[in-house]
Amino acid sequence: MIKLTNVSKEYPKRGYALRDVSFHLKKGQFAFFTGHSGSGKTTTMRLVHMAEKPTQGEVRVTGYSSESVTERGLWQVRRRVGYVFQDFRLLPGRTALENVAFVLEVTGTPRKAIVPIAQRLLAQVGLAPKAGAFVNELSGGEQQRVSIARALANDPFVLLADEPTGNLDERATRGILDLFWDINAKGMAVLMATHDLELIKRYPHARVFELDQGRLVYDSAPD
Amino acid sequence: MYALREALAAFRRAPVLTGLSSAMVGLALYVVGLFGLATYNLRLALTSVEERVEIAVYLRDDARQSEIDLALTELAGIPEVRSVSFISKRDALERARADLPDFGELWGDLEVNPLPQSLEVELRPGSRDPEVVERVSQAAAAYAFVEDVRYGQDWVDKLFTLRRIGAATTAVLGSAFAVVAALIIGTALRIAIFARRDEIYVMRLVGAKGSFIRRPFLVEGAIAGLLGGLLAWALTYATYRGVYTYLFEVAWLPGEWIGLGLLAGGFFGAMSSALAIRRHLREV
Ligand SMILES: Nc1ncnc2c1ncn2[C@@H]1O[C@H](COP(=O)(O)OP(=O)(O)OP(=O)(O)O)[C@@H](O)[C@H]1O
Ligand SMILES: [Mg+2]
Repeated sequence: MIKLTNVSKEYPKRGYALRDVSFHLKKGQFAFFTGHSGSGKTTTMRLVHMAEKPTQGEVRVTGYSSESVTERGLWQVRRRVGYVFQDFRLLPGRTALENVAFVLEVTGTPRKAIVPIAQRLLAQVGLAPKAGAFVNELSGGEQQRVSIARALANDPFVLLADEPTGNLDERATRGILDLFWDINAKGMAVLMATHDLELIKRYPHARVFELDQGRLVYDSAPD
Repeated sequence: MYALREALAAFRRAPVLTGLSSAMVGLALYVVGLFGLATYNLRLALTSVEERVEIAVYLRDDARQSEIDLALTELAGIPEVRSVSFISKRDALERARADLPDFGELWGDLEVNPLPQSLEVELRPGSRDPEVVERVSQAAAAYAFVEDVRYGQDWVDKLFTLRRIGAATTAVLGSAFAVVAALIIGTALRIAIFARRDEIYVMRLVGAKGSFIRRPFLVEGAIAGLLGGLLAWALTYATYRGVYTYLFEVAWLPGEWIGLGLLAGGFFGAMSSALAIRRHLREV
């Protein structure tokens, strides 16, 4: 599934963001990534998304290796790995439905299928009634649901969520987490970064990783 | 299809920007068009002058007809020579009378014909360069009964220099302004790319193919280049009409040149937008 082997990431001048990190996330696992600010949570996710290449070590995502991935492989990986952010990163000036439809359109879904699939995805995240609302008319929790629907558009095997509840209140946070567990119950792996240790404690079944200054210092379920 | 739709949507979203960049490209290419027009007409003029590049071989009066016939055949056998004609003393006089009628009485008064008989050597088109002229002249001068060979040495040389300068000027200035046009398109495209950076970001995030992301911008650049080319065509044609009507007779450019110019406009537009989008995709 996702396998990091002795991965280090060094930024010129900034030094190491990750140091010798290894872990294996298996099919359908739910895992939290925690650690202080700057510990390397986002960097890890970007490596899994193959938005960056490791300086040392290897990142494997489904059949693709960071060492040999081609241009074509890169967009295959990005379709198979859903990505959700703290700040949503939706297209302003478009409706919820259009935001999801955009992803389907640019990844080659047949035109006639686009709107029905987008509607189904919005229903899946509980946002069917707001499909026609513009992004700026939605609450933070609702915007995050749109971004999750967008991440699910290409039927990924894993969902990366980088502090997805960082901008949300308690109720909205719980709603998003419930949604993640629903999605996970259908067999999709979830990898979520968060500062919120209280939140992690509420889900004792989840695997927990802790990063500290770029090193993986805790793994609740190592192989 | 998506690419074309997106490119057209971009024009609709920013008609002023697109219009301005096409207009600027049009002006830059207009300069190229003017140089093209000038070069083309210079070329026509030079070609018609070149037609007259011939070698006059003046013969002594005592040359025997058999010798002349032999020289005539031999010179005509040189591959670069198109034709050799014999001008007798009387022909020469007739010609002088026709060419210079003002001297009519003078010609009538002559008791002996002072004009020499000659051979006129005409070269094939494409062989009228200084080197060939020189070689053929030397072959003619080698005959004992040849008095003199004239072909206007300096003149032939100058003709060729002029031609080279013309071609070089057009090539240099033409490409300079073509580069200017490409830079304008590139800048306009960078603005267009910047305006759509959110969409591009999402496309990359969710795994749209690179070619899919690039294509609308390529189409947009090509259209901007083509529009600029069309504008330049119109401006150049207007100039041509103006010069033709009020100044002097000039020839309009051949169709292939125009077609090539428009193609080049579209091509440069697509190329410079390709560079712009490539740079953008590398940066993010
Ligand atoms: N593009 C970059 N260029 C240079 N340094 C970077 C870059 N991205 C991250 N870093 C550095 O790498 C380290 C890890 O950053 P990262 O964003 O992964 O931390 P994080 O755990 O996600 O932090 P936070 O909780 O604040 O989001 C930090 O020191 C950061 O400054
Ligand atoms: Mg982070």
